[in-house]
Formats: sequence, structure tokens, C-alpha cells
Amino acid sequence: MNNLVKINSERCKSCGLCIHVCPKDVLTIGEIANSKGYYTVEMKDQTMCIACAFCALICPDLALEVYREEKGK
Amino acid sequence: MKPIFTKTKGLTDRPFHYCPGCTHGIIHRLIGELLEEMNLIEKTIGVAPVGCSGFCENYFACDMIGAAHGRAVAVATGAKRARPDRFVFTYQGDGDGASIGLAETISAAARGERITSIFVNNAIYGMTGGQMAPTSLIGQKTSTSPYGRDAETMGFPLDLPKILTQVEGAVYVASVSVDSPQGIKEAKKALRRAFQVQLDGLGYSFVSILSTCPTNWGVNPVEALEWLQTKMKPHFALGELKVPTIEGGDAV
Repeated sequence: MNNLVKINSERCKSCGLCIHVCPKDVLTIGEIANSKGYYTVEMKDQTMCIACAFCALICPDLALEVYREEKGK
Repeated sequence: MKPIFTKTKGLTDRPFHYCPGCTHGIIHRLIGELLEEMNLIEKTIGVAPVGCSGFCENYFACDMIGAAHGRAVAVATGAKRARPDRFVFTYQGDGDGASIGLAETISAAARGERITSIFVNNAIYGMTGGQMAPTSLIGQKTSTSPYGRDAETMGFPLDLPKILTQVEGAVYVASVSVDSPQGIKEAKKALRRAFQVQLDGLGYSFVSILSTCPTNWGVNPVEALEWLQTKMKPHFALGELKVPTIEGGDAV
């Protein structure tokens, strides 16, 4: 699998709710701060992501978009 | 790659001003998604409250009115009666809807106004600095109840959706919680039903959403979700508390 959680780091406020609900532990707080000073979320293991979109469902700041890899492409 | 989840057109591109982890953003998104899915963006008038969500008029992609404190349902009543072809909703917090605006909320329900109220209950006054709200739990520490809310002197928490089920004009009353992905999906379902009740012209629809306030509760966002699940949810009636019925008593 090679699904993608696209992170709009300027909207991320580092609240950690996405990390809390992720069943596969794919996300982590990164080491790069955005212009507001929040250390934003990033994907640590793209191969584990099942594109369940729980992270995007709970993200209060619309910072996440989820894409699923299409089979046979 | 196939998009599974992308940003809704029902919201503007402006970033939210809410504190990190505040669930107002989730509720905004659910409303934005429904406005888009139900094709309502162009025919909606939203009414913003006073409180943290007072600036929500910047975020919804529909027309918005800012109401005086607690009077959102009264303003919405005027908007709906002047333009019955429009979809009208109010977005209120517990300080706005259950405290200063209690009379307006119950009166609008009693009149059976064909509007939808979205009531965000986080058991505290957020914007003004974490004072005790009518919905604060017994024993809850806030800046005006530093030793915990004491029922003897400060009374009991108010469960507004439960009260509204007794009012004949309120035809749809639901209470949901955005504490988990599953809860968020249920909240969206309840909101969709409430919107449909208004579109069908059945009467007043009211959705209470249990929400968090990590900043004023003094916990981090993840602990706030747990506090909501373990402390708040047992104290408030949850689920679809009242659904519209047709003759014979069947649910519509």
C-alpha cells in the first residue's frame, strides 16, 4: 500500500488528535515548525496507511486530505 | 490517486482561529459538508452567536448574520419568516444558547419556527476565560467555581436537549458527541436529519453536540477527548431524543 495523507502544515496546530485516532500509528509530530510556531504533523510510515481517513475526520483544522492508491496503477 | 477525503466547498479557505484541538472545527466541517452535499450553499442564511464561534461567519461559505448575544434564534426567526424559501440555521455555544439565550431558544421551539439550531456544549464559557456555564458538571473546576461546582449553591447542570423534547414545536431533537470518528459520523447523520426536517417544513430542529475545550479545561486535546467520554457523556442524554412522527406514530 502506498496511500497518502496530505498535510497542509500551515493549517496544522499540532493538537495530536489525528495521531490519537490513527489505528496504524502512521502519523507523528514532526520537527519542522510552521509560520505560527506549531510543530506540524507528518507521515512517518506511508506503507502502513490504510486510508481509513479517521485522521481527517477528527482533524479540527482541515489540515489533512487523504488519498488512496488505485489498484493496478 | 483516488481522493478519499478532501476539503469541502461549504467552508471558505480561511484558517480557523480556534485553539489547538478545539472541536468547533470538526462541527464547522460537518455543517460545511452537509451544505455542499445537500446543495444548500447558495440558499442558506446562517446566524452566528457571540462567543468563541462568533467569528464562524468568516468560515461558512454561505450568507451569515451576526446576532446579539443569545438572540441568534430570534434573528433566525426573522430571517426565515422574511425569506421562507431560504435554509436558516443558528450556530450557538452553551453560553449563548443555554444561558443568556435560554428564553429565545425555548420560545423559538415553542413557536415551532422552521429553523435548525446547532448547539455546541462544552460545559464551560470559552471566550470569556473559562467561567462556569449552566452546563458545567457537578464538581467541575472552572475559574468561577475553583473548588468545583457545588449543587448546594450553584445548582445543577442543564440538559437543554432533554428539556426541548417536552416542547411540542420542536420536532427533531438530537444530542451527539464528536469525541471519536464514529461519534463524528453519527453527529453528521443527526445534522443531516435536522436539516431535512427544516427542508420538509416540519418545525424546529435542534442538535446538541458535546464538544471539548482543552484550553479552559486545562488539559491537552487528547485528554480533553477522554474527559468528554468519561465525564461528560454519562451526564447528558445522548442519541435522537425526539423524531418527527406521522399519523400512527411511525417515525418519518
